[in-house]
Amino acid sequence: MGMKLIVLVVIVLAVIAVAQLMRVYELTSKIRNRREEDIDLRVNNINASLMMWFLAAFFGSLIYMLYKYGNGLLPEAASEHGQDIDWLFNINWIIVFFVFVVTNALLFFFAYKYTYHPDRKAYFFPHDNRLEMLWTVVPAGAMAVIIILGLMTWNDIMGKPSDDAVVVEIYAEQFKFTARYSGEDNKLGYSDYKLVNGTNPLGVITTENLTGRISELDSTIKVMHNDIEKTENGEKAFSLAASEKMVTKVEKLERILERVVAMQTGYSDSSNVLAEDDYMAKELFLIKDQEYQFIFRSRDVIHSAYFPHFRAQMNCVPGQRTKLKFKPIFTTAEMRTKTGNPKFNYILLCNKICGESHSQMNMAVIVGTTEEFKAWKEAEGNTNLIVASVK
Amino acid sequence: MSAAAHTDHGHHHESFITKYIFSQDHKMIGKQFLVTAIIMACVAVVLSILFRIQLGWPGESSSVLSFFLGDTWAPNGILHRGMYLGLVTIHGTIMVFFVLTGGLSGTFSNLLIPLQCGARDMASGMLNMISYWLFFISSILMLYSLFIETGPASAGWTIYPPLSVYEETIPGSGSGMTLWLLSMTIFVASSLLGSLNYIVTILNLRTKGMKMTRLPLTIWAFFVTAVLGVLSFPVLVSAVVLMLMDRTMGTSFYVNDAIVGTEILEQSGGSPILFEHLFWFLGHPEVYIVLLPALGLTSEIVANNARKPIFGYRAMIGSILAIGFLSFIVWGHHMFITGMNPFLGGVFVFTTLLIAIPSAVKAFNYITTLWKGNIRFTPAMLFSIGLVSSFITGGITGIILADSALDIAVHDTYFVVAHFHVVMGLSAIFGMFAGVYHWFPKMYGRMMNSKLGMVHFWLTLVSAYGVFFPMHFVGIGGAPRRYYDYSVYTGFDENQYGMIMDLNVIISIFAIIGGLAQVIFIFNFFYSASRGQVAVQNPWKGNSLEWTTPVEHIHGNWPGEIPEVHRWPYDYSKPGEAEDFVLQTVPLKEGEEEH
Repeated sequence: MGMKLIVLVVIVLAVIAVAQLMRVYELTSKIRNRREEDIDLRVNNINASLMMWFLAAFFGSLIYMLYKYGNGLLPEAASEHGQDIDWLFNINWIIVFFVFVVTNALLFFFAYKYTYHPDRKAYFFPHDNRLEMLWTVVPAGAMAVIIILGLMTWNDIMGKPSDDAVVVEIYAEQFKFTARYSGEDNKLGYSDYKLVNGTNPLGVITTENLTGRISELDSTIKVMHNDIEKTENGEKAFSLAASEKMVTKVEKLERILERVVAMQTGYSDSSNVLAEDDYMAKELFLIKDQEYQFIFRSRDVIHSAYFPHFRAQMNCVPGQRTKLKFKPIFTTAEMRTKTGNPKFNYILLCNKICGESHSQMNMAVIVGTTEEFKAWKEAEGNTNLIVASVK
Repeated sequence: MSAAAHTDHGHHHESFITKYIFSQDHKMIGKQFLVTAIIMACVAVVLSILFRIQLGWPGESSSVLSFFLGDTWAPNGILHRGMYLGLVTIHGTIMVFFVLTGGLSGTFSNLLIPLQCGARDMASGMLNMISYWLFFISSILMLYSLFIETGPASAGWTIYPPLSVYEETIPGSGSGMTLWLLSMTIFVASSLLGSLNYIVTILNLRTKGMKMTRLPLTIWAFFVTAVLGVLSFPVLVSAVVLMLMDRTMGTSFYVNDAIVGTEILEQSGGSPILFEHLFWFLGHPEVYIVLLPALGLTSEIVANNARKPIFGYRAMIGSILAIGFLSFIVWGHHMFITGMNPFLGGVFVFTTLLIAIPSAVKAFNYITTLWKGNIRFTPAMLFSIGLVSSFITGGITGIILADSALDIAVHDTYFVVAHFHVVMGLSAIFGMFAGVYHWFPKMYGRMMNSKLGMVHFWLTLVSAYGVFFPMHFVGIGGAPRRYYDYSVYTGFDENQYGMIMDLNVIISIFAIIGGLAQVIFIFNFFYSASRGQVAVQNPWKGNSLEWTTPVEHIHGNWPGEIPEVHRWPYDYSKPGEAEDFVLQTVPLKEGEEEH
C-alpha cells in the first residue's frame, strides 16, 4: 500500500511539473506571437530529415535481422512438400521485399524532398489515367503469378496420398497428444467418443471394449441408483441439490448406455480386426522417405497439430476427422548434422489456444530408418508405447 | 428534434445534462466516443504491457505485475497462466472493437459526417445518443469482466468453441465469457444504430451542390464502413446468441461429441467450424471497418498538408468500394487449416489476393500525392505518413498469409500477430491519432501542442516498428501465438529458443517505451482541451465545409444558411488561384474546369 501511495504522489507531482513547463511554453509563444498551426521552417526541416534517418534505420534493422536471424533460425524443411513451400516462400519474399523497399523508400524520400518552402507552390496533379492503369495492371500481374504458383503447391499438399501412405492417427486432448498407428493392415479401427474411459483413452471400438464399457456404465448406474434410493429412504444424507444432480446424471448415463448398446449391432468382428493391430504411442516415430497420412481427432476443444520443421499444420476438431499427409525426408540424426546441433529434435506443438496449459502441450517427433523404427517398436520397456491398451 | 428545427438558431438554453451527458448533438457525441475510447485504449495498452513483461522476462518476479494484478493473478509478481490468456483476450477485444471500431468510427463519423456533408446534425439525434450510451454500457461490462473471481474471458478474442463454451476447459469461460458475450451483443446494437444513422445522413442530408463525387474521401470511407457494419455485425450477434444458447440451454450448434474432464457430454451434431464461419464473416469485414475510416481521414490530411489534390480521387473511391465488396468474400482465409475443403481454400486464396490490387492503388496514390507537394509536417501529417508506411509494410506480409500453401507453415504463429498488428492495428491507430491532431480545433476550439505531437509521433513510430518488426522473425521461426512462455523450445532447439528470447526482450522493451510515449499524447490532449491556444476558424487552410463553421460549437453547425457547394474539396494549389486553397463554397470561375 505504501509503495502504491508513493507511486501515486510521484505521478501527481510529475503532472504538476509538466503543467508548469507548459505554461512557460505558452507564455513564450504568446510573447513571440507564435501560433500552433504556423510552420516553423526549422522544425519542418528537422522532421523532413528525420524521415531519411528513419528510413535508413528501418532498412538497416531489416538487413541486420535478416543477417542475424535469417529464416527465423528454422532449419531446412524436413518434408518433401516442405521443400516446395520453402521454394514458394522465397519467390514470394523476393516480390514482397522489392515492393517493401521501393514503396517505403519513395514514401519517405518524397516526404523529405518535397518539404515545405514558402516560395514554392505544389504541383496541381489530380489524376493521370496512364499512371493509375500502370499500378492496377502491374500488381494484378504479380498477383496472378503468386496465385497460380500458390494454388499449384496447395493442390499438391492437399491432394490424395499415395496408396502406400501409412495411416497414423493423432489424438489431441487437454494437454497432450497420443499417436495411434494403424498397424499391419494400415487401417485404423473405428472409434467413438462414448467409449472413452481409463482403459480405452481413444475410444477405439472392439467387441471387448463395447462390452467392457457397457458393464462399466451398468455398474456406475447401479451404484447411483442405490445412492438415490438410500437418500429417499433417509439412510444416506445428501443435500437436495446434490441428489437432484445425481438423478439428472443417472438419467444421462442411461441414455448414453442405450446408445452404446445400440452400437453393438453396428459393429462386428470385422471391425475388431481393424482395431486389433493398432498400437498407440506417446511419441511419434516416423520412417524417413515414407509418406504418412495423418488423421486428427480431438477429445475436448479445438487443438492444432503444428509440425514447424515439416511445414505442416492441421486443426484437431472435436467430433470431426481432419486429414493431412506428408513425407519426412531427413532423419533426426541427419538434421542434427545439418543444424550442427547435437541436441536438435523434431516436435509437434499445439498451436490453437486450448486452455491454461496450452503452451505445454506437445509431443516429441523422431524420424529414423525402417530398422530404427522396428527397434523402437519392439524395444523392451519402451515406456512411450502403450500397445496393450488397444487390444 | 429534427434538424429542420434548428434553421433559425435561437439561443435555447440547455441544461448540463442535455448538453454534456445525454446530448443529441453530433459534435458532443463524437467527443464522448473519443474520450471513452481513449480510456479503453489506456486499459488495453496497460494489459498488453503486463503480458509483454511475462513474455520478455518469463517467470521473473515483477513489481509492476503485482501492482496491477495483486496476489490473486500475479502471486509473487509472476503472472498467472490463466490471467495471461485473459489479458491477451481482453487486450484484443478492446482494441479491435472498443478503440478501433467504436472509437474511430464513432468519433469521426459523428463529428465529420454532418460537418463535411453540410447538415445541421445527424438524421436522428436520438438514435445517435442511444448508440453512444449502448457503447458506454458495453464498455463498462467489458471492463467489469476483468474484476470477477474466475477471471475475464480467456479463449482469445476469437472465442472459438468448445473452449469458450465449457468453463471446465478454462475458468475464463465461466461468468467472464458470459459478460463478454453480453457486452458484445450490446456493442453490436450500438454499432448498428450508429451505422444506420451514418448511411441515412450521407445519402439524404447533403447540402445543395454536394454531389457524391464532391464528397471528401473521409465521407466515402465512413459510408462504406457503415455499410460493411450493417451487413456483417448482425451475423456476429447471431453467432454470439447461438453460443449463449449452447452455454446455457444445452443446444448444440457449435459442440459435438466432446468429453470435458471425464464427463461425456451428450451435445452432438453441431460444428465448432460453423462458429468460425459466422465469426469470420463478421471478422474479416471488421478489419476494413477498422481500416477504411483511417484511410479516409489520412487521405484528407495528406492532401491538405501536401497542399495538393489527392491523386486519383475517383480511383480512391473505386478502391474503397472494391475493398468493401471483396472483404465479404475472403473470410475463409482465416480457416485454411480447419480441415475445410482444399478447393474452397483455393477460392479464398484467389479472392483474398485480389484485395492486394485496390490496396496497391491506394498506396501508390498516396505516394504520388506527396510527389512535388509542399509538405507541412504537422503531427497529423506525420501520423498519416506513418499510416502509409504501416499500411504497405503490413499489407505485403498479407500476401504470404493469403497464400494457403504458405499459411500452413505460419498459421497462428507470431507472423500473423505481426502482420495484423502492423496493417490493421498500427494503420488504424495512426489514422486515429492523425484525425485527433487534425480535427482537434474542430472538437475543442483549441489547438494541440504541435511540438509534443511530433515527439509523440517519432517515439510511437520507432517503438511500434520496434515491437512488430522483430515479431515477424519470431513467427517465421515457428513460435506459436498465445503461448505463456517458450520453455518447450529448450527441449528441442536451443538455438531457436535463444532467438525467441532475444527478440522477445527487445519487443517487450519497445512495447514499454511505446506505451509510455502515449502519456505524452494523453497529457497533450487533456491539457490542450482546457488550456490550449484558442483556434482560428480554418487553421490548416482546408477546403472542406467543416472549416466554414464557427469555432464555438453551436447547435445546427452554421449560424445562417447552410453553405452551398460548388466544387470538390481538393482544389489545393490550383493554378490561377492566389491562395493555395479554395473552399468548396467558392463558385467555379467562368470556364474553370472542376478537376
